[in-house]
Amino acid sequence: MINKTVQSLAEAVQNIHDGATIMISGFGEAGSPIELIHALIDQGAKDLTVVSNNTGSGNVGLAALIEQRRVKKMICSFPRTANSTVFPELYNAGEIELELVPQGTLAERIRAGGAGIPAFYTPASVNTPLAKGKECRVFDGIEYVLEKGIKADFSLVKCELADRYGNLTYHATARNFGPIMCTAAKTSIVQARKIVEAGAIDPEIVVTPGIFVNHIIEVSKPANESELVSQKLTYPW
Amino acid sequence: MVEKQINIGWSKTEMAQNVAMDIPDGSYVNLGIGMPEMVADFVPEGRELIYQTENGLLGMGAVPMAGQEDPELINAGKKPVTTIPGACFFHHADSFTMIRGGHIDVCVLGAMQISKNGDLANWSTGAANAIPAVGGAMDLVAGVKRILVITQHNTKDGKAKILNQCSYPLTGKGVVESIYTNLAIIDVKDEGLYVRKLGPNVDFEYLQKHTEAKLYQ
Repeated sequence: MINKTVQSLAEAVQNIHDGATIMISGFGEAGSPIELIHALIDQGAKDLTVVSNNTGSGNVGLAALIEQRRVKKMICSFPRTANSTVFPELYNAGEIELELVPQGTLAERIRAGGAGIPAFYTPASVNTPLAKGKECRVFDGIEYVLEKGIKADFSLVKCELADRYGNLTYHATARNFGPIMCTAAKTSIVQARKIVEAGAIDPEIVVTPGIFVNHIIEVSKPANESELVSQKLTYPW
Repeated sequence: MVEKQINIGWSKTEMAQNVAMDIPDGSYVNLGIGMPEMVADFVPEGRELIYQTENGLLGMGAVPMAGQEDPELINAGKKPVTTIPGACFFHHADSFTMIRGGHIDVCVLGAMQISKNGDLANWSTGAANAIPAVGGAMDLVAGVKRILVITQHNTKDGKAKILNQCSYPLTGKGVVESIYTNLAIIDVKDEGLYVRKLGPNVDFEYLQKHTEAKLYQ
């Protein structure tokens, strides 16, 4: 029998190793798998490369992982957010590496990584510093830059409903990078607000097919990052 | 620079109105963060626009009432929004398929600098200690059919923003169609920058004095 459900957050993240590349879903706080990130902080893996649109806020979630000096490199499109101080301080101190990627290029690099496409040409960033040193080519009179797909060892993703096969739905704009990150990681680890019986999710509305998912853990009342930040909380509590 | 700016040119709301007037009925529109967001408040009577926000929503509605906010229903500026009836959600690769693939009709963006040939700089001053952050701006200017820029005509310390050449790192080259400032509406054409409309109490000479690039009438 296939059952991708695990019994604890600790079990969900137990195999993450030092030096791993980890994709973390979310756009700001929407879709950020805070409980899985906190489990990863407890677990201890370090020298991580993290692919995520932002760098977290306050001293919880992704910002807390960075604050614990566990991330050596961020690949993201927008490392600044309101209430984001941890990353800027480490970056200015030269203690964390940044690969800045246009948001659409980041999404397509992840999509390509998951789809077995090693690289692709995009018009975004041509004639800008972000295209520097990259191969450019003209198609039909328009210049494009070559960008490589990204694959990860793990992805940490937040979803709404999951079944034991790993079929997922999402909530509102918390979907963002989740579906493509599930496709691009060797091991996708998902926290679901609710795990339901197989068949309870109408096949017509499954967003992420279960084949892209490895471990599911139910977190029925996920924290809102902004609430933790406004309470000035720091993880580990 | 000691100059009386009072009663010269348009207010921010009037600037947003000017942009809104130039977006035709039925357009799919992406609004940048900040002043561009105001454009949604001034859609002329009888027009229906569909707003796309690049974090995965087509059919973005108004700001929610107090207490109705959902932290996972937000816009690209990470502020709470609502959905209109007929809205849909999608993941980031689909979102940028809409943007880069040329499916969005109009994008309204802010600017730090614009050059006479429509180059846009709006993501970084290039300063050594600045944390660079680009978001979706480079994808938007590369893929959206019409890029409209809304910006104050000059910087806070009175420097020109409409230049012969941008000194800041570019967001995109030759991408801007029209510029909506507090002093004028300016169209970027192959032959140069053409003033389409002057703001209240602004004459051409005054406008040119506040603009580095040469303007045409």
